[in-house]
Amino acid sequence: MSLLLNIAVDGIAYGMILFMIAVGLSVTMGLMRVVNLAHGGFALIGGALAHWLGRELGLPFVAAAALAIAGTVALAIPLERLVYRRIYGFGELQQVLATIGLTFLMIATVNLWLGSSLLAIPLPEALQRSIDLGFRQLTAHRVTVIVVGLAVILGLWALLDRTRFGIRLRAAVDNRDTASALGIDTGTIYTLTFALGAGLAALGGILGAELLPIDAYYPLRYMVLFLIVVAIGGLGSILGSFAAALAIGLVETASRYLLPDFATIVTFALVILFLALRPQGLLGRAS
Amino acid sequence: MTRPFIPALVMLIAAVAAFFLFPYNLAFLTRILIMIVLVLSLDLVLGFAGIATLGQAAMYGAGAYAAGLFAIHVWADPVAGLLIGALAGGALAALSGAVLMRTQGLTLIMLTIAVAQICAEIANQAREVTGGADGMRGIRPGKVLGLWEFDFIGITGYWYALTIAGLVFAALFVIGRSPFGLSLRGIHESPARMEAIGVSVYRRRLAAYTLGGGIAGIAGALSAQITQLVSLEAFSFTLSAEALIMLILGGTGRLYGAVLGTVIFMAVHHTAAANDPFNWLFVIGALVLAVVFFLPSGIAALPTSLKRLAKGGRHAGS
Repeated sequence: MSLLLNIAVDGIAYGMILFMIAVGLSVTMGLMRVVNLAHGGFALIGGALAHWLGRELGLPFVAAAALAIAGTVALAIPLERLVYRRIYGFGELQQVLATIGLTFLMIATVNLWLGSSLLAIPLPEALQRSIDLGFRQLTAHRVTVIVVGLAVILGLWALLDRTRFGIRLRAAVDNRDTASALGIDTGTIYTLTFALGAGLAALGGILGAELLPIDAYYPLRYMVLFLIVVAIGGLGSILGSFAAALAIGLVETASRYLLPDFATIVTFALVILFLALRPQGLLGRAS
Repeated sequence: MTRPFIPALVMLIAAVAAFFLFPYNLAFLTRILIMIVLVLSLDLVLGFAGIATLGQAAMYGAGAYAAGLFAIHVWADPVAGLLIGALAGGALAALSGAVLMRTQGLTLIMLTIAVAQICAEIANQAREVTGGADGMRGIRPGKVLGLWEFDFIGITGYWYALTIAGLVFAALFVIGRSPFGLSLRGIHESPARMEAIGVSVYRRRLAAYTLGGGIAGIAGALSAQITQLVSLEAFSFTLSAEALIMLILGGTGRLYGAVLGTVIFMAVHHTAAANDPFNWLFVIGALVLAVVFFLPSGIAALPTSLKRLAKGGRHAGS
């Protein structure tokens, strides 16, 4: 029973991290139709900035994290305007290559700046304490991750379902040409969405540093993991990404507890099997 | 009719000349030849059939491990080892391709990466068989055709790899002009139309993927025999990505583009990466972006573009 609870808590926390990092990828892929292999790079940049602000400048965790997310967004906006905008019209293969090139540049930059060692992000004591739930002890960090993850999905739902920006974004995902013809400024929507996705990736990278340790090779190491969430969830579907991230978090955590040597193999085999049966993903539309 | 052979002939002469010009760099030259075989296999899969893959290293690694195990436990004959490598690469491609070729776009690209990662994980876990993270040692290939022993300087290795690369090039040259090769190009251009005229797109793509996997397996087997070592690096994403970059750099669907791109990439790599692998990532990242933005059809398309430019064509440089 306690094993099941451990798997559930760790799996859900892990899934929340995956969701935060991958949701921006899913939306930009659904919206701009761009295969962005460099998305994990924003989680790396966020984590690296948080490490630098926390360790070198000694800022408290929350301030460092907030500044790091703002810094990532500030980098993502010119990147979208100057580089990605040109990539949207390319073929799939050119997009893959260009974003691999960007990934390599991000890795090389972080390495030049902070070296290739592990970039630890010091957690405040409040997050290291454990919380007594009566039947089980939980670290405050896990609880925080789960709460923030839930807040992110609720916030995204409110943003997409309740605001004018959300209406325009959904219109652009459904049919960007028509949306553009109706006078929606799709260029601005692209930039804002891209920046939002990069900011969420940075948030996930910082909060998830305990589970997915940050170092310069981060974007390559976890590239497949983030892509899996998007492919299983279905391109452009936020709810799909959420379900997929939780499912993958639980499956991988369960296999790590039960079959530690074969966790990667089991997870990937299940993913391939699932996508063979349902290529468009959980909530994707058949093309 | 003789014109298509001219590039092949020039490359062959260059390869023979390189042997005499750089007698102290034979190991590096042989490495180029092995990569050429791998990139040629990718040209069949991607350039001809249009299957976007970032996991060609899976078949390369399968061929390398199969040939290594075969040489250690069964028979040290190199040519038999190549066949085993081709079979292993082809079998893995057929098996994974049966699922992968049903998908497309992002899902396909991601699954090809995932297959290579699964292979790396299996090789890592099966430590007793593969040597795990330490790599597989103790591969001692016998004489080539019972005549030429692998020597310390790498003379046999060079001619052996050159022969295999030449044979693979010739085979792909023939396949590219065969009805099968032409149907692959048709699928690349428009799968829907090929389906409409009665071609089973799925089967042709699977056949191309399997064949490409077999050739990648040969490249892996060559590397296992000549370096006498197989490591987990054989399955790495970086290898798949670099092979793709070499192909795009040279130009897809032309075969000699694959050769040209590999030679240029490896030469740049050799000079730029010798000191620091991380600074190499700056070079390769910038190189990739430059190719994608300024040279989308690769270096092999330059003469055509320049010719058009000279004639004052309106689409020069496209």
